This record gives sequence, structure tokens and C-alpha cells, in this order.
Amino acid sequence: MQDFPDISIPLGDGADFIVNFLDDNLGPFFDFIFWLTSSTISTFDDFLNFLPWWLILIVIFVIGLYFQNWKSGLLFSTFIFLVGSFGFWEELMITVAIVITAVVICIFIGIPIGIIMALYKPFSVFMRPILDAMQTMPSFIYLIPVIFFFALGNVPAVFATIIYAVPPVIRLTELAIRNVDQEVVESAESFGSSRKQILFKVQLPQAIPTIMAGINQTTMMALAMVVIASMVGAGGLGEQVLIAINRLDIALGFEAGISIVFLAIIIDRVTSGIGDKFQRNKGDH
Amino acid sequence: MSVKMKLNNVSKIFGPKPKSAIPLVEQGKSKDDILAETGNTVGVYNANLEIKEGELFVIMGLSGSGKSTLIRCLNLLNKPTTGSIEVDGEDVVKFKGEKLKHYRQKKIAMVFQHFGLFSHRTVLGNVEYGLEIRGVPIEERRKVARENLESVGLKGWEDKYPDELSGGMQQRVGLARALANDPDILLMDEPFSALDPLIRREMQLELLDLQERLQKTIIFITHDINEAFKIGDRVAVMKDGKVVQTGTPEAILEEPANDYISEFIKDIDRSKIIQAENVMMRPNAVVSLKDGLNVAVREMEANGLSSVFVTDRSRKLQGIVTIDDAIQGIKEKSSLEDVMVRQVESVTKEAYLEEIIPKAVETKYPIAVVNDEQRLEGIILRVHVLSSLISEDG
Repeated sequence: MQDFPDISIPLGDGADFIVNFLDDNLGPFFDFIFWLTSSTISTFDDFLNFLPWWLILIVIFVIGLYFQNWKSGLLFSTFIFLVGSFGFWEELMITVAIVITAVVICIFIGIPIGIIMALYKPFSVFMRPILDAMQTMPSFIYLIPVIFFFALGNVPAVFATIIYAVPPVIRLTELAIRNVDQEVVESAESFGSSRKQILFKVQLPQAIPTIMAGINQTTMMALAMVVIASMVGAGGLGEQVLIAINRLDIALGFEAGISIVFLAIIIDRVTSGIGDKFQRNKGDH
Repeated sequence: MSVKMKLNNVSKIFGPKPKSAIPLVEQGKSKDDILAETGNTVGVYNANLEIKEGELFVIMGLSGSGKSTLIRCLNLLNKPTTGSIEVDGEDVVKFKGEKLKHYRQKKIAMVFQHFGLFSHRTVLGNVEYGLEIRGVPIEERRKVARENLESVGLKGWEDKYPDELSGGMQQRVGLARALANDPDILLMDEPFSALDPLIRREMQLELLDLQERLQKTIIFITHDINEAFKIGDRVAVMKDGKVVQTGTPEAILEEPANDYISEFIKDIDRSKIIQAENVMMRPNAVVSLKDGLNVAVREMEANGLSSVFVTDRSRKLQGIVTIDDAIQGIKEKSSLEDVMVRQVESVTKEAYLEEIIPKAVETKYPIAVVNDEQRLEGIILRVHVLSSLISEDG
């Protein structure tokens, strides 16, 4: 048997070097990002904690009623009530705040990238393998560099979440704009629309239902990642899961786990409900 | 009529190196050979057309003949590979940027086969689109949009979404949207092909009515030869990217340029193309009410007829009298008015044979051709209706 020759290609060292280089040279930049993100999270968190618990239940009911029906509204607020009764009210609010922050940033980054990919083929060819890598890389790996940039806490959690969760919204934005009926785009062009007018008055509005599906997927992935990101010190429901694992506490683990499931159901139904609302105004061709 | 649009040697070739295919087309190689040799697809080759102001010009061809490619060259959705397109004396192929936008916004508008409507906008939102992107203030563009919707018969549907409308109505929205821009030239890319036959006929007639009012220059694409000949002032027939014949429907019917076209027009329903004026005779023998029965009998005998139309002083059609009734009337000392038949089938000069045939079946008298004031302009004998249906070589 022959052993593999003693060759070492230090690709990992390269990644290490890049992360260190960025950390050393772009310190103020990362400080700014840190400040921006952490204040966004705490603003959301403070706001959610400022609202009385019963008002949140009512709001959840109304959201369910608006996007689905009164049964869903009742189900959603029962879920939230149950999570509160497990003693996880504050944890729930932190998790929601982190997810919202991550998703908002994903949308701000993802939709423009998706648009550029749809309009410039070479950029799409360039981005595709990167997106593939982002989605297939084990999600834990993202936790390492973000600790370098942002230490421990909620902020690195948000960034690890973004890297993991942004691909769907990018991909579906690209797909949505590509798939707008060619004749509809032609008709906008035939009236002498500028490219900007075609994009904002025709392509984007036509693409919204599909983009909403992307946002739905991104949100679900963000929720999954926020739980994992508790390993780098993110608070919330994920932290409870981590504690339960460390203590081998089945009761705590189940309660925290089922709380995440409840939250996932609500987020999924609501975001797909928003998509359906848009879909209702879309044609059949 | 002045020339509105002139196409000089317009070719459109799709592919990696479009210009490299031109010499091959000149050698007369087929589309497939050129595709195999150069990887290019010939859309349109060397189209030369002159479209006159206010004309309804039809481009006809089967799928793959290049007609849709050609019409897209006219508003530069496809930029021609070579050749020039003069509109009002200016070569629009050279237009870029602002000039191109201006051309599309003001001069030319298009109606699409599958309507190309914006499903996220209301009907009104669709119709005002062209004006909106030109920066016309909201009040004004809404007003224009409403007027145009009314003119296509969609008043009251402004706030609906396109998917709430039937196909025929959606295409009316498409038409109103194009007309709202008040273009000189209206391009229609198989606008009625996606509609069912009944609606299609209705839309064809409405288009003709509309054209009578608006007098736009319309370039209309179709694969249906009956449609082409029915609505077109002139028709260009395309095959494999080339224009093979251009002319009025009658001229093409009479003298097809080649076997391909003869084959095509074999299927044509002549009753939809031939109009009353093509088959009628001048009304030589006519009697006036004041003339009386004796004159009527003499007229019929002199012309060898068995019946004659009766008019009043201003040549307005009053009825018809047969020779038997006239002779009987003279015996009974009745007047012309007593014996004539007032129920006469009449049509206008523009009526198509398909409308005349049922009347010819119903009546035993000739059919009168009258104008809007009921003045007699011609006579169609029933035998003429039949003989006109038979094509010359058939």
C-alpha cells in the first residue's frame, strides 16, 4: 500500500490569513457594523419587551386573521401563550429580534444581488458557485470567522445567520425576474420605457410573489441558524436548547424545542400568507 | 397617400456572428444549412416594403416565416442586422438612447399576441402606462386612458385586473393601451390569434371600424390568410424570412406570384374577400315610380329581364316589379305602386359575399346594392353570387 505523498496545500491557512488580515485592517469598519447591528437587535428587542404580553397575543391573532383566518389567529396566539407559560417569554423576544434583524439585512443584501444577477449574466455565472458553497458548507463553520470579527454575542449570530440564510432570497429574486413573461417586458420596452422603468414598474412588481417565497425560505433558514448560533453566545430559545443539552435536561430541551417549532410554524404561515396576498393580484400567464 | 414607412433590404439574423451569414443567404442556402455552417438563424432576409400613411398593411406567413421578427424590427425590439427603416424620411435603425425612446413613446405602439398586459396593474393602470413613463401628469393620463377604454367598449372595467377579463376583453385593453399613446403607427402582432373564432371575427370588424375613425397606419401580422385578406388594404406574404409577394388581396388572388401562394389561396374562403361591388352590375334598367307600369314592361322587354327595380325621383330604392305582375296590373288597371314588391333584399357595396349568399337563397329576386341613403347603386343577380365563388383556375 502506498501512503498519500507528504504534500500539504495550505488552503486553510489562506482562509485564516484573510480573516486575520480583514480583522487587523478593517477594525473600525467592523466596529461600525457591530454597533449598527447590535443597536438594531436591541431596538427590536426593547420594543417587543415594551409591549404588554396580552397586546402581543392580540397582534399575533390579528396577523393570523389577516393572512389566513380566525382559526389560524387563535392557533398562533395559543402557541405564543404556551411558549410564555414555559417561561421563555424573554427568550422568545430575543430570538424574534435576531431573526428579524437577520432577515431584514438579508433582504437588503439579497434582492439587489438577485436583480444584478438577473440582468447581468456574467455576474450570475460568477455568483452561482459561491451561493452553492454558502448553502452546502456546514453551518457551524460560519461561526468561526464571525467570532473573530464580532466576538461573542448576538451580533456574530446575526452574521452567521445571514451567510447561511441569504442564498434563497438571492436565487429566487434572480429566478423571479428572469421568469417575468418576455412579452410583458417587450411591451414595456415597446412603449419606450427606460431600463430603470422596466425594472421598477414591471419586472419587480411581477416578481414579488416569487421573491416572497424566497423571503419565506430565508426566514425559515434564519430561524434554524439562530438556534445553532447560540454556540457563539446568541441569547434566546437556542440558548435554552444548549443549556438543556449540557445538563441532559429532557424537560427543558423539549419545551425549548417545541417553542422553536411553534415560532417556525407562525413565521412560515405568515410569510407565505404575505406572498399569497401579492399572488392574488397576479395574472394567469 | 404618402409613404409612412419604408423598409430597405432589412435583414435580421440571430446568432453569434450575424453578419457572417449574409453572404450565405445571398447564395440561396437554406435556413438549416446556414444554421449548421455558422450557427446563425435567419429571421428576416432582405425585406423591402413601402407602407403608406393610413393603410392597414397585413404581413402574412406561417409560423417560422419571420413575420414576428420583422414586426419587431419596426420598433427596434429586434435591431435589424442590416438595412434601413425610414419612418417619415428618418432612418430609425440608427436611433439610440433618447431618440429611440422618443420614437417608441410618440410614434409607434404595439399590440401583442398574448396581450402582454401588466397583471399587477389594473386595466386603467395598464392603459395609462405609456403616458405614465412619458411623465404625463396623473389627471391627464387617467382622462386619456378612460377615453380610450371607452372607445374599445370597456367603460366600467377600469378598476379590474387583467386576469378578471376574458381574452377578447384583455386584447381590447392591449389595444386601448397602444392607442392611448396616440401613435402614428400601430403594430399588431397576431393580436387575434389567441382568441376564439367568434370573438376574433367581432374584433376584426371592430378594428375596421376603429381604423375608419382613426386612420392610423396599421401593420398587422397574421398566419390566417382569411383574416389577412379580409382586413388588409394590402398584404405581404412571407416565407422562410423572405417577402414573396406584396399587393392588394384581389391582386394576389388574381395573380399569385408563385406556387407557394397559389397553394395558400386555394384554401381561402372567397366569400369573405369578395364584396358586393366586385360582383354587381350597373343598374341600367330602372323604372321610376312616376313612370308607371307600361314603361316598366317596356324596360324589361328591351333589356330581356324578368323583373326591374323601382326607385323614386332621387333614385332611392322603393321596390321591385316582375314582368308577370306588371302585365297583370295593366289588365286590372292597377298602378305601379300597387303591384310592386316592397320587400327587397338590399346590401351595401362593402358587404361580403358571405352576407349576400343567405339573402340570395331567401329571395327569388335580384339583390339591390344601395348606399347609406338607400340610393340604388347596383344589382346582383343570383347567378353572379355563385359564379364569383369559383376561382379562375378552379
